Amino acid sequence: AKTNEKYVAGLDKSSETFSSRMNALAARYREIDDNYFEELENILIMSDVGVNMVMTIVDEIKKEVRLNNIKDPREINEIIADKMFVIYANDSIMTTKLNYAKEGLTVILMVGVNGAGKTTTIGKLAHKIMEEDHKKVMVAAGDTFRAGAIDQLAVWAERLGIECVTGKEGGDPSSVIFDGLKRAKEAHADVLICDTAGRLQNKVGLMKELEKMNRIIKREVPDGPQETLLVIDATTGQNGVNQAVEFSKITDITGIVLTKMDGTAKGGIVLSIKDMLNIPVKFIGLGEKIDDLQEFDLEQYIYGLCHDLMG
Amino acid sequence: MAFESLSDRLQESLKKIRGQSVLTDENMEDMLREIRLALLEADVNFNVVKEFIDHTREKAKGQNVVGSLKPGQLVVKIVHDELVELLGTEVSEINVDKNPTIIMMVGLQGSGKTTSAGKIAKYLRDKKGKKPLMVAADIYRPAAIEQLKTLGETLDVPVFAKGTEFSAEEIVTEALEYGRTNNNDVILIDTAGRLQIDERLMKELENLKAIANPDEILLVVDALAGQEIANVAQSFNDQLGVTGAVLTKLDGDSRGGGAISIRYMTGVPIKFIGTGEKLENIDLFYPDRMADRILGMGDVVSLVEKA
Ligand SMILES: Nc1nc2c(ncn2[C@@H]2O[C@H](COP(=O)(O)OP(=O)(O)OP(=O)(O)O)[C@@H](O)[C@H]2O)c(=O)[nH]1
Ligand SMILES: Nc1nc2c(ncn2[C@@H]2O[C@H](COP(=O)(O)OP(=O)(O)OP(=O)(O)O)[C@@H](O)[C@H]2O)c(=O)[nH]1
Ligand SMILES: [Mg+2]
Ligand SMILES: [Mg+2]
Repeated sequence: AKTNEKYVAGLDKSSETFSSRMNALAARYREIDDNYFEELENILIMSDVGVNMVMTIVDEIKKEVRLNNIKDPREINEIIADKMFVIYANDSIMTTKLNYAKEGLTVILMVGVNGAGKTTTIGKLAHKIMEEDHKKVMVAAGDTFRAGAIDQLAVWAERLGIECVTGKEGGDPSSVIFDGLKRAKEAHADVLICDTAGRLQNKVGLMKELEKMNRIIKREVPDGPQETLLVIDATTGQNGVNQAVEFSKITDITGIVLTKMDGTAKGGIVLSIKDMLNIPVKFIGLGEKIDDLQEFDLEQYIYGLCHDLMG
Repeated sequence: MAFESLSDRLQESLKKIRGQSVLTDENMEDMLREIRLALLEADVNFNVVKEFIDHTREKAKGQNVVGSLKPGQLVVKIVHDELVELLGTEVSEINVDKNPTIIMMVGLQGSGKTTSAGKIAKYLRDKKGKKPLMVAADIYRPAAIEQLKTLGETLDVPVFAKGTEFSAEEIVTEALEYGRTNNNDVILIDTAGRLQIDERLMKELENLKAIANPDEILLVVDALAGQEIANVAQSFNDQLGVTGAVLTKLDGDSRGGGAISIRYMTGVPIKFIGTGEKLENIDLFYPDRMADRILGMGDVVSLVEKA
């Protein structure tokens, strides 16, 4: 229950403007007309929901309004939440459970653009796995590129009291991953979480390097990586879709971690990503502390966005 | 790819304006709608887009299509010129006349402050003959100090650090003293990333500002950022009085429309852009190039010429 409160509190900040705008919108319109829908569009765009996605959502809502002959804007809020829910869910199975190997080592690969929150999420995720699933976790410092990246992961490992497999700064990241896999097997770890350097998805060389890491994991753990999590900063705009598209070409992305949701950004781009690529959000980051990671809960997410409106 | 470029968007709408001799609300309507959408897809803030389009429409209305320009070209040209105007027209250089010049890097988590501090130190040493000192005032992020120290070693630029046992205020106070005794004429202060709504950490920045009396407070902003960056910039500016912005990660494939939002919301010039992770990947900010990028100009120019 404690964690749930925190979740809503985190989203609260981001929903304040959304909800208050929605209420202001409902209050200003006596009747639902084209202007009303235009404003609704704008509100969604302000949440970084992709422009095309916004059109889809608004069209769906228009249809519903016509079908049920709704005239009063106050009645529409629930329909909006409902439609967003349906569009996101889209008949797919959504789980935030991590996919552990049936037996042996589970490998989790953390990928994403620069500064999104990969390394921090590893610290938080390792903590969660240890606390909740009681597994033995190890981490591998696969970012040999960025200044201080190895030290950063090592600090997290020390906080957690777990082993961090490292290589030399400037060394080959794939060989660190290889060492990590070997070491994790030797030590009978249940889970190895691999950090990778931040890379913009249009950097061909860096994306190739990621491909190689992925190959090495597959060679050592045929079912691995069991999870490849794409870390996306909640402030990310329209480029988030490109990130998901390009990373998906290289690795099989199993889920998204939406970080920095303790800020005021809304992370609406995940709706477009889900719609286009069917990649669900698995976790959200709500701060920089070790327990600031939570499972994504769609109902709660939308409730968080709209709970003011629904009274 | 995932989103259409302006030239794709304009294909249809050019029909309506073809052959017109005067620009009117009527014949510009379709084009302006597409331009509006393209700007939104480039992550320009919604409110900024709205005012920009209204303003541009007023400016264009009644203009005669003369010379070799086609009506579509004229609209695009007006839009482009307005964007350049908005972005500041001229290159805005960093102000390093004072000795020492004190520069404070601020911004959201992961935006590129530490890396940009290293880049600016290198730039000022190599291009302006300065003797910079970098100050490790991020006591929160794991290994933030090591990161700055590593950059300092790579560059052979000194880094003042005291570990994480002292407050940022104490660190900066001592660093200023240290810089003076060592004749550093530029002092670059790296601060921790923070959310603009984090009152405690924003207060820390206010304290640092009071202690260091910086000549430049540079807001570091990620070019991948979306709608929210307008509020972020405004809020940092309201609380601190920002003197310039650094737009990072422009080596990516985002349009970087946030540049317009920052400028529009704060009036603060963008002084540098980051174009890669390496320390030499820094450039001055050229408003016309940025306008081209946001509009996807290369394609647009050839399209409207054909129409
Ligand atoms: N407020 C907030 N900050 C976060 C969150 N997650 C990460 N951060 C911060 O974001 C910054 C970047 O996080 P990192 O974990 O270093 O990101 P990264 O993706 O590993 O970065 P690179 O390795 O440089 O590409 C750090 O200052 C983190 O403390 C979050 O959920 N909320
Ligand atoms: N591709 C690219 N990466 C950049 C650029 N500037 C910074 N980065 C990367 O972005 C990530 C974050 O940069 P940092 O300098 O650590 O950002 P920061 O603002 O100091 O982060 P915190 O201190 O955690 O708030 C790192 O991986 C950098 O290498 C740039 O212009 N292009
Ligand atoms: Mg990292
Ligand atoms: Mg930093």
